[in-house]
Amino acid sequence: MQASSSTPSPWLARLAALATAILLWQVVVWSGWKPVWLLPSPLTVFLRLATLATEPAFYWAIFYTLVRAVSGYAMAVGIGVASALLMLRFRLLRTTVAGLLTGLQSMPSVIWFPLAILLFQLGEGAILFVVVLGAFPSIANGLLHSIDHIPPLWIRAGKMLGARGWSLVAHVYLPAAMPGFVGGLKQGWAFAWRSLMAGELLVIISDRPSIGTRLSFARELSDAPDLLAWMIVVLGIGMLVDGLLFSTIERRIRIKRGLFET
Amino acid sequence: MISPAVVLDHVQKTYGQGAQAHTALQSVSLEVPAGEFLCLLGASGCGKSTLLHLIAGLEPPTSGSVSVPAGGAAMMFQDPALFPWLSVADNIGFPLARKGLGATAQKARVQELLAMVNLDGWGHRQPHELSGGMRQRVALARALAQDARVLLMDEPFAALDAMMRDRLHDEIERVWRETGLTIVFVTHNVREAARLADRVIVLASHPGRIAGEFSVKLPRPRRIDAPEVAQLSRTITDSLRSVLRGNDDAS
Ligand SMILES: Nc1ncnc2c1ncn2[C@@H]1O[C@H](COP(=O)(O)OP(=O)(O)OP(=O)(O)O)[C@@H](O)[C@H]1O
Ligand SMILES: [Mg+2]
Repeated sequence: MQASSSTPSPWLARLAALATAILLWQVVVWSGWKPVWLLPSPLTVFLRLATLATEPAFYWAIFYTLVRAVSGYAMAVGIGVASALLMLRFRLLRTTVAGLLTGLQSMPSVIWFPLAILLFQLGEGAILFVVVLGAFPSIANGLLHSIDHIPPLWIRAGKMLGARGWSLVAHVYLPAAMPGFVGGLKQGWAFAWRSLMAGELLVIISDRPSIGTRLSFARELSDAPDLLAWMIVVLGIGMLVDGLLFSTIERRIRIKRGLFET
Repeated sequence: MISPAVVLDHVQKTYGQGAQAHTALQSVSLEVPAGEFLCLLGASGCGKSTLLHLIAGLEPPTSGSVSVPAGGAAMMFQDPALFPWLSVADNIGFPLARKGLGATAQKARVQELLAMVNLDGWGHRQPHELSGGMRQRVALARALAQDARVLLMDEPFAALDAMMRDRLHDEIERVWRETGLTIVFVTHNVREAARLADRVIVLASHPGRIAGEFSVKLPRPRRIDAPEVAQLSRTITDSLRSVLRGNDDAS
């Protein structure tokens, strides 16, 4: 309660950062570095965004993109968790595959597109493939590392109290690993979102005009306000998911377990 | 005498192999009668925790045999080792849930156990909201929830202040009397052993082995500062000293 007076609330801080960024943008526009039809002012872009937001197509684009994001991410979580559990179960698998996983994690997901397009043509499959490949290594690694750092005492206590095999995994390993795992989930989401945006720019599916499609069209028509408006949408979704979903979950877990300094 | 609950027969425990091998326990034979309150006393590193882990079945002996009643032994670690992701009630209910007890039956049993350790109304709290002594009592309730006939306690009160320790001594004694449990209680503290035990076993180090035994016939409940307890502590301390001197001569 007292701490809040010395440190500003996170929302206030975020708002201040946003205002600064917009101001910088405006300053660049004023400097005349680029003509305004290439680099429009913040006001022009926000007005365009407001106009876009009155059209149903705007929400459809967001909807198509979010459906892909959610389904790709869900698959990545499933595959990530399953592969981490397999690696924990079979040590040999871990010694051979763990390095590969970290390698995958560091690979820019755009690298996968040529292969994805070969395998799945220019369709949903190609995008999904890259989103899953981009996101699952972080999720698997996050879970592996957080399980490695569980205090052995909890495992011993769990065994002593009658948890064995799968029940030990479900009732001790997984909940004990949760704080670190949420970090992995969050990173996985960031990778999924990036891969998805790359995918939508490369693989245009014209009967489903998603955010990426709209960005591509805006560039082809040299419609700078439109382009920037859609970029703001991408930024906004990323921040919302992080701020509303992951940060909230992290906070809840930390409060519940008494991990906050008071 | 009543039939033994725990029997150790020439138990040896060696960690490591070859030149690195370290014998933590050598030829320990021990019978604990059902319902006995046994205290294990010994210097740091003499193998007390190892002995409890063997009885608990957390590790196998290198040679010799360990037998415990069907259903095994419950264990209370030195650290309360509560699960921070579960409420106090769910921590206590953990072993019940693993046994597949229904939600209603579990709730009722948890209430009973909370009452037994004087923590009524604390069930919905998280472990971090409790004091150290309260956490130890939750750990005790959780160990009791296993419903094993043998309770192993590894220096459970070592980290508490004297006042809290006195209260928990009363409490553990009451629980022991009410339940008829067999308790094997490890401690550094001679007074604590004299306060609680029916029998005190003194362990020597390097390798860990039984060096002496005291039967405690003092009436209960005892006060830790009673003259008889103090006198018994002195006797045990003298014996510990000679055990330690013996170690020094050997090394
Ligand atoms: N997992 C292990 N690997 C190797 N050596 C071990 C292991 N566990 C215990 N030891 C050794 O066995 C000996 C007995 O250890 P133990 O933990 O049983 O001592 P203790 O009597 O409980 O000591 P304390 O009172 O300090 O808790 C020590 O010398 C220790 O180094
Ligand atoms: Mg110990």
